Amino acid sequence: MTLETIESEIEANVPGCVLEIVSNPSPSGQHSLRIDPAHAVAIATFLRDAEPLRLDYCSNVTGVDWPGKEISEKVKIKKLVDGVEQEVEEVRKTQTLGHLEVVYHLYSMEKKHGPVILRMSTEDRADRVHLPSLTPVWRSAEFQEREIFDLYGVIFDGHPDLRRILMWDGFQDHPMRRDYVEPDDFEYEPTPHDEVLERARQHRTIMGVQ
Amino acid sequence: MSTATEAIRIIPKSPGANDEGQWLEVSMGPQHPSTHGVFRMDVVLDGERIVKLKPVFGYLHRNHEKIAENESYLGSMPYTDRLDYFCSLTNNWAYALAVEKLAGIQVPERAEYIRIITAELTRFQNHACLIGFLTQDMGASGTPLMYAFREREKILDLFESLTGARMMCNYMRFGGCRVDLPAGWIEQARAAVASFPRFLDEFEQLLASNEILMARTQGVGVLSKEFAVNAGVSGPVLRASGVNYDVRKADKYGIYDRFAFKIPLGEHGDTYDRYMVRLLEMRESLKILELALRDIPAGPIVDPKTKIRGFRPKPGEAYAHIEAPKGDLGFYLISDGSSNPYRYRVRPPSLVNLTVLEELCIGHNVADVVVILGSIDIVMGEVDR
Repeated sequence: MTLETIESEIEANVPGCVLEIVSNPSPSGQHSLRIDPAHAVAIATFLRDAEPLRLDYCSNVTGVDWPGKEISEKVKIKKLVDGVEQEVEEVRKTQTLGHLEVVYHLYSMEKKHGPVILRMSTEDRADRVHLPSLTPVWRSAEFQEREIFDLYGVIFDGHPDLRRILMWDGFQDHPMRRDYVEPDDFEYEPTPHDEVLERARQHRTIMGVQ
Repeated sequence: MSTATEAIRIIPKSPGANDEGQWLEVSMGPQHPSTHGVFRMDVVLDGERIVKLKPVFGYLHRNHEKIAENESYLGSMPYTDRLDYFCSLTNNWAYALAVEKLAGIQVPERAEYIRIITAELTRFQNHACLIGFLTQDMGASGTPLMYAFREREKILDLFESLTGARMMCNYMRFGGCRVDLPAGWIEQARAAVASFPRFLDEFEQLLASNEILMARTQGVGVLSKEFAVNAGVSGPVLRASGVNYDVRKADKYGIYDRFAFKIPLGEHGDTYDRYMVRLLEMRESLKILELALRDIPAGPIVDPKTKIRGFRPKPGEAYAHIEAPKGDLGFYLISDGSSNPYRYRVRPPSLVNLTVLEELCIGHNVADVVVILGSIDIVMGEVDR
């Protein structure tokens, strides 16, 4: 079954959904289907249960970070230079928002075919990072979605147990994001030792010793 | 990881009902010898009975995926050894397969045979040791494990003479393998494979109808077919529940379609079936090994057109998965045309198989948790990455 027929099947059965085929130029030829988050659970349930496909096995859930880019373009603008109107080139810079993406690789254990690849994107990378969880449809997504929440910061609505899974609970950031910067010291705590060191440093400065 | 400050906590069953008794929250691990690595389970007990169980992990997390994204494609091959450190060759193969799909690289015939031989040897030693560990968890202290390690030694010797390392093999390359088989290797491998049926007979005689093993495993941790599929369980754990899904048959990656082998299936989905399926799978691996060692052709071991240095696949993405000894091991790569992968993802079978642990354990005794966990077969290097 080609991706085009899968797309039309979904469109016929899930009213109102917005789908887009994302083509993959690499020799693997694994094209994917971008689905809209609002209908994701309905689409997933349809793909799992509908007869010709029966994608009962959600193998892999991946988070991908696409940070915003600065796009600079040259624009010609008419300007008054020394009282004469001239065409001047100007560089205009625009910042795109960027987004976080979640990719699901689906197989069928019953019919032994696959993969069918679904993608979903958040609106941006800051505070509109909510996506519906597909764990109620495929339980296998439970730990993998928790991992994406932990490492990328996507919030899965409807996930039964959304907690950090690999990093510790008090950890703040999302280390798999492209712009993550590792702190110098994860477990910095001021200790009495620091005061002693500071006094020793001052002493050395006073004494003129480096 | 939750912030557990105390190892044992008493919880009232329901607020204000003191006469009904209490639940006990126990932290099992991470230094418990039966947890197969630094793995913890938050267990809530009603007497000896499990009420709740939450697996806690991440102690070995080193962000393998991030490291690989800052490394060249070939540079992360040695890191894949460290995922499931019992089965480095199958990890290598899965990663090589994903890169080959991404860049459209063909693999020569001889390399395909070498890959199958090393992968099946890996499966054999993994299953043998797992059964050894499982029986050790049940209290059979040493004997079956040492028998398994004795046979594993023969396989590790083969790996050492082929790759230079016993466990961290770093052997597969994109488009083939790193070095050719040394002189006399095939004869040595044939002799080892010929000696394994006797070991399996001995192992089966020792264990299969052992009363203690049957009492401890039959009917313990039953995993239903439907739940196994929905929870994405793979590998021997899935097939013990009677689901006929093996990536070697379903995807026919490599040249697995040329070999006649059966997929052993369980009926009950209990711990005994998970043990038995592995034992039978080892016999099937031997069939594949005999055929592959007989038919291996001469020829190049790596595609000469593959670039080792300055390897830059075209933009795009690829997902490849194989039947690793622990289950369905997948690699997902996104290339942006540079020398590092833009996104590198490992689909770890051990992690996904842990999803069902709580459901398998609820209602059983504490001692059964150890056996059920042992039969799922996890390696923390892969769970935590």
